[in-house]
Order: sequence, then structure tokens, then C-alpha cells
Amino acid sequence: MKRWKKRAAIIGGGLAAVGIAAALVLNALNSNIALYVTPSDVFAGKAPKFQAFRIGGLVKEGSVRRDNITVHFVMTDLVKDIPVAYTGILPDLFKEGKGAVVQVKPGSGGEYIATEVLAKHDENYMPPEAKDALDKAQKTKGTGTP
Amino acid sequence: MTPELGHFALILALCVSLVQGILPIFGAQYGRREWIVLARPAAQVVFLLMAASFVALAWSFYLNDFSVQYVAEHSNAQLPTLYRFGAVWGGHEGSLLLWVFMLSSWTVAVAQFSRTLDETMVARVIGVLGLVTSGLLLFVLFTSNPFNRLLPAAENGRDLNPLLQDPGLVFHPPMLYMGYVGFAVAFAFAIAALLSGRLDAAWARWSRPWTTAAWVFLTLGIALGSWWAYYELGWGGWWFWDPVENASFMPWLLGTALLHSLAVTEKRGSFKSWTVLLAIGAFSLSLLGTFLVRSGVLTSVHAFATDPRRGIFILVLLLLVVGSSLALFAWRAPKVALGGSFALVSRESLLLTGNVLLVVACASVLLGTLYPLIIDALKLGKISVGPPYFNAVFVPIMAPVLFLMAAVPLARWKNADAKDIALRMWIPGGLALLAGILVPRFMGGWMAMTALGVALSVWIAASGVIQIARRLKSGVPPASFWGMHLGHFGIAVFVFGVTMVGSYQEEQDVRMEPGDTVLVGGYQFKMIGVKDEPGPNYSASRGEFEVTPAGGGAVNLLYPEKRNYFSSTMPMTEAAIDAGFTRDVYVSLGEPLEGKAWAVRVYFKPFVDWIWGGCLIMALGGLFAVSDRRYRLRVKSGAADAGAGALKVATP
Repeated sequence: MKRWKKRAAIIGGGLAAVGIAAALVLNALNSNIALYVTPSDVFAGKAPKFQAFRIGGLVKEGSVRRDNITVHFVMTDLVKDIPVAYTGILPDLFKEGKGAVVQVKPGSGGEYIATEVLAKHDENYMPPEAKDALDKAQKTKGTGTP
Repeated sequence: MTPELGHFALILALCVSLVQGILPIFGAQYGRREWIVLARPAAQVVFLLMAASFVALAWSFYLNDFSVQYVAEHSNAQLPTLYRFGAVWGGHEGSLLLWVFMLSSWTVAVAQFSRTLDETMVARVIGVLGLVTSGLLLFVLFTSNPFNRLLPAAENGRDLNPLLQDPGLVFHPPMLYMGYVGFAVAFAFAIAALLSGRLDAAWARWSRPWTTAAWVFLTLGIALGSWWAYYELGWGGWWFWDPVENASFMPWLLGTALLHSLAVTEKRGSFKSWTVLLAIGAFSLSLLGTFLVRSGVLTSVHAFATDPRRGIFILVLLLLVVGSSLALFAWRAPKVALGGSFALVSRESLLLTGNVLLVVACASVLLGTLYPLIIDALKLGKISVGPPYFNAVFVPIMAPVLFLMAAVPLARWKNADAKDIALRMWIPGGLALLAGILVPRFMGGWMAMTALGVALSVWIAASGVIQIARRLKSGVPPASFWGMHLGHFGIAVFVFGVTMVGSYQEEQDVRMEPGDTVLVGGYQFKMIGVKDEPGPNYSASRGEFEVTPAGGGAVNLLYPEKRNYFSSTMPMTEAAIDAGFTRDVYVSLGEPLEGKAWAVRVYFKPFVDWIWGGCLIMALGGLFAVSDRRYRLRVKSGAADAGAGALKVATP
């Protein structure tokens, strides 16, 4: 085989591999990204309609209610409250008044159905997403009521 | 007093490592022998000083000296002695000290076992390692000194995070760090080659065993971490595509590519630039991993302390390493790049394809890991990239690698015959096809991905067996041959385990009262009850479960626990696992419900232990490869000259 043909084959093969990989990556990124939103965002209708998303915030004090192994609780940024239900075993660090992040199904409305609850950190640790939600809510509250 | 001695040793180590980093490199460049010979003794002194410093910290932990801030933060009067040793590297400062200590150990090992190498080459390698050591020592001393005092002393320590109070912690970080840091040696060899312009088969033969050794440690470290997450964290999975896991996995992918590329450079003299780039990449990713874990930009079980200064320091160090080595590469690579040519179908081309795929896989993992950070940094919102992304991208890229790796050893160097390879592969191909069709049926449910996984794993294992049988006809093969086939066989076992767990595991979260039973994966679980049990530094609720195979058979008792450590309010789940060759059954306690009922998680995990077994076999393969006679013979035959060289050095 001629030298240039070989080169062309190698370069072509390389480009094809990179192209396929890029297509895979873009496709996967498109359908597998979960956006973080705050309870206020959800209330304002800013949550994605057709994609799973994550709510960061605090588990409201006194809101946890168990029904068999389904747990009902409220995620709050101290301004707005969003009710959530989760079936299964919660992480050890899930506690009322502490920060948590829940991944919920899109468009479940009313009470959101959580597919995943994340609270697997140190006890004094606040997930940055939860902290972020609280800060944002405080800010908008501040400007809303001068 | 002891902590001050440790601190002092650390400062001295920095001074000596600067000497080790600067003088030998300049000596080698300008041919000044009196500077070149400084490399070995300097490396030995740094090692001794680092060891002293490390022992000083361990001693403070042993005595529970709470006037040392780091000890006060990570130990407690009630902490058992074993975990006090583990706690030495249980936090940020100590784990970095371990990092540098390991680096100095690798350096001294290079100094010790490289008697056959050309003096100037050794001087350059040790010099580069010295520069890396001093960079990290600066980091430790200025941003994360483990010997800082806490005055007045704390009455009691804050205790080690209960998650980390496990034998797994004692072994997981040192293994992982040995691997991370080991790639510094491959990196140093690559930089030394660029500096000298000498990059030949001999160079590749020197750096191969070091790279393989680092790869073995990294493989074991990652496997241990995965196993630990499985049984200790109680999450029930073995891999979560957590950013911190990815941080250790990316150097592994590039390291694997590097191993194979080095083989080509040694045997055929090709791929030189590529090999050097991979060596630079693997070490840079190790540093990036340290940055990601230690800077606090990520949140995970591994990142406890966060301090932005640290992140910036490591980022600068990372940019310095990557920037300067790539600049050096651009400048010097044209000198070293020429290699042998090869045909479109040849062992070289197949290895190159595999290599490119591994690098692409690594890049896709890197993208998924950094994407949320980039989006956040650009203020475009907060997102998370979950396991589905990684599975969707990683599996299709790796499947061709698995397909190719079975055939590569059959292909001849330089020019191979595709038809000949195909003819030899029809038996493994047939077996793979058969297994792909039958095994999933037997396991209870045929799925395309399951069939593919089983077929690939049988394909690799069977072709290995056939190649070994063929090779045995012409005498006993060398250790490196066994190393390669063991490594590949480990992959086959691993893939089989992953496929089985992924396809046929069963999980149930249920509410159980004493006397209740639940049927999962052909096993009947009966809850006997939950009792209180005291532990050394915690109190536990201990469950008792009877597990019986549904078809009848021996009854097994399992005791999962929920622990409350006195030093924290954080409860801990200890799963109970009955491990077996073909399946694990797994029970863990959730939270107490009303009355005597508990939420209970029950798993059936077929072939899950094959995942870690496969990793062990891979690591064993690496050990075989390192022990190959051709590396050792050179050491023996060269020992005499090295001795003579040392004499010559001593006389003037």
C-alpha cells in the first residue's frame, strides 16, 4: 500500500473515532444532565418540564412523615416550600433542618417524586447547592420587601 | 517536641530536595560530574527526612497529642490504636504528607535500583523527581502543615470521621497514592529523555518496570476503594462515577495506554512522542486528581476540609508541570520522534488503535467530571452529570478495546496478516458467541448488552488460553508473557462480574418486623430482631437475619449494624454481607420505623466479587511483568560496573 494511502487511512480512522466519540458525548450530555434549582425556582415554574432536575435546600423541620417505607418531607429555602416523597432507604445523614439535594422526576407536580436523595457528607457539612439555594432566596426576599 | 522535630525535618527535606532538583539537572546539562553525583545521596537524605517527619506525625497520633491541631481534628481519646494510625492520612494535611513521603520512597527506589543506568540519565530522573518533591513540600509547608500547634491544647479530639474508621482506610489511600505518585517516575523518565534527546529502546526498557509497578499499585488502590465503598459506605454499589473516583480512574486509563505504548517503544522504537505525551498526561492527571479532591471544588466523601488557597496553589503547580513539560516537549520532541514504520495491519497499528480509544475514553470521563465545574465557573447555572452519561459514553468506547485486546498478541510486529489472525480466532469467536447466547438464558433473561459483555469476556479469556497453549509448544515463556495474559484474563473476569451484577442484581427496600420474611434473588431473608450492642467508641443497634436459599440448604446468619459514634451525632450503617464465589447477599439497616419495625435494604449481587477478583488478577499480571528476567538480568550484569563507577567517583 502506498504511504499516503496508509496515512490517509490512519488519519481518517482517527477522525472517525473522535467524531463518533464526540457524538456519543454530546448525545449523552444532552439527555443526562440534571439542572439544580431552588424551591423558589420550582415555585416560579422555572424547573425543567421534561427532564429530571435536582432541588437543593433544607429539609424543613417537622415535615418528615413516614408511611411504611415511603417518606414524605418538604424541601425549603426558607422562602418557598416544595413537598417531596421518596420510597426507599434514606442516607444516614438525612435529617430535619439539615441540607440535602434530591433528584426528582419531571412534571410530577403537587408532591414531587424523588428518585435519589443525596446527603452523604459530614454532619456539619452543607451541600453547596443547598447553601446556594438559601442565599439566593434570602437575596430575592430582601429585594422583594424593601 | 516531637511535632517540632517533624516540622524541622520537613523544612530540611525541602532544602535538600531543592538541591536534588537543581544541581543534578544542571550538572547533567553542562557535564559537571561533581553535581551529577549529588543526585543519589540527596534523594536518600530526602527520604530519611520525610520518613522522620512521617514517624513524628504518627507518634503524635499514637500519644494522642491534642496540642497538634491536625491530631485534635482527626483523633479522639476513644479512637482505637489501629485507626489512630489510619488517621495519620485520614485528613488533608496528613494525606499530603503521605503523598510526599511516597514520592521520596519512589525516588530512593529509583536511586537504588538504577545502578545499570547511565549516570547522567539517573541524575536527570532524580532531579526531576526532586523538583516535583520540592513543589509539593512548599505546598505542604505553606498551606497544609500537619504540625501546626493548637494552643491551648484541645481537651479531646474531634475524632476521625466514622466513615473512615475501617480497616479499608488503613490500606486504600497508601495504595492509591503509591500509584498516583508512581507515575511521577514515568514522568521523570520522560522529561529526562526530552532533556537528553535520548529516547531509545533502552530508555523504554528502564522506564517500563517503573510504570508497570505504579500501574499495579493504582489498580489495587482503585479496587480497594471500590470494595470499601461497597461494604462500608453501605451504598450497595461498586462504582458511582463520583468525581473523586474519576480522578483516580483517569490516570489509570492513561497509565494503561502508557504501558502498551512503552512496549512498542521498547520492541520497535516507534511511538516515542506518543509515549512521552502519555507519561506527561498520566502524571498531570494524578496532579489534577489531587487538585480536584483537595481544593474543595468538588464535594464528596473525600473532600472534608476546603480552603481556596490550597486549590489555587495546586492549580498553579499543575499549570507549571503541564506547561513546562509540554513546552519542553514541543521544543525537543522533533529530535527524538523518529521511529520504525509499520503496516496498516500490524501489532503496532492495533496497539495504537487501542491506545487512542483509551485516551478518548479518558477524555470523555474528564469532560463529564469537569463539565459541571466549567458551567458553574461561567455562571451558566448549576448542573450535575450523573452515571447515565458515563455509562452511555464509556461503554461503547471501551467495547472495541475489549474486542481488540484479545487479538493483538496474535498480530505480528511491523506487518501482520489479517486473514491469519481471523483464522486463529475462530475458536474463541465461536465460544464467545455460544456463551453470549447461552449464559444470559441460563441466568434468567437475555439482553443484548448482557450477551455482549459475556461474549467479550469469554472471547478474551478463550483467546488467552489458546495463545498460551500455542506458546507452550515452543518452550517455557518468560514472565512478561504470563504477565500480559494474566492482566488480560483479569479484564475478562472483571467484565464478566460487571455484566452479571449490572444485569441480574436484585434490590429491595422493605419494612420488616421480627418474624417477617422477604424473598430476593432466590434467597429467603427472615428478620429475627434488632438488639442494642455497645462498641469501643460507639453504640450500635445490631440486627439479626436468617438467610436461606429458597430451594433449601444451609441457614446463614447476618448481623447488619446501625452505629452511633459518641464523638458525633452522625449515624453509620454497617452492612452485613455473606460473600460467595458466585453471589453476595447483602443486608443493611435503614432507620427504625414504628414499634419494632425497621426499614431494611436487601440485595442479591451475582458474581460481584469477580469485579475485585479481576482487579487482583490484573495487578498480579503486572507483578509478573515487572519480575521479568530481562529487567533483572541487566541489573545483575550491570551491578559490577556500577560498583566500579562508585569507586571511581570516590577516589578523586
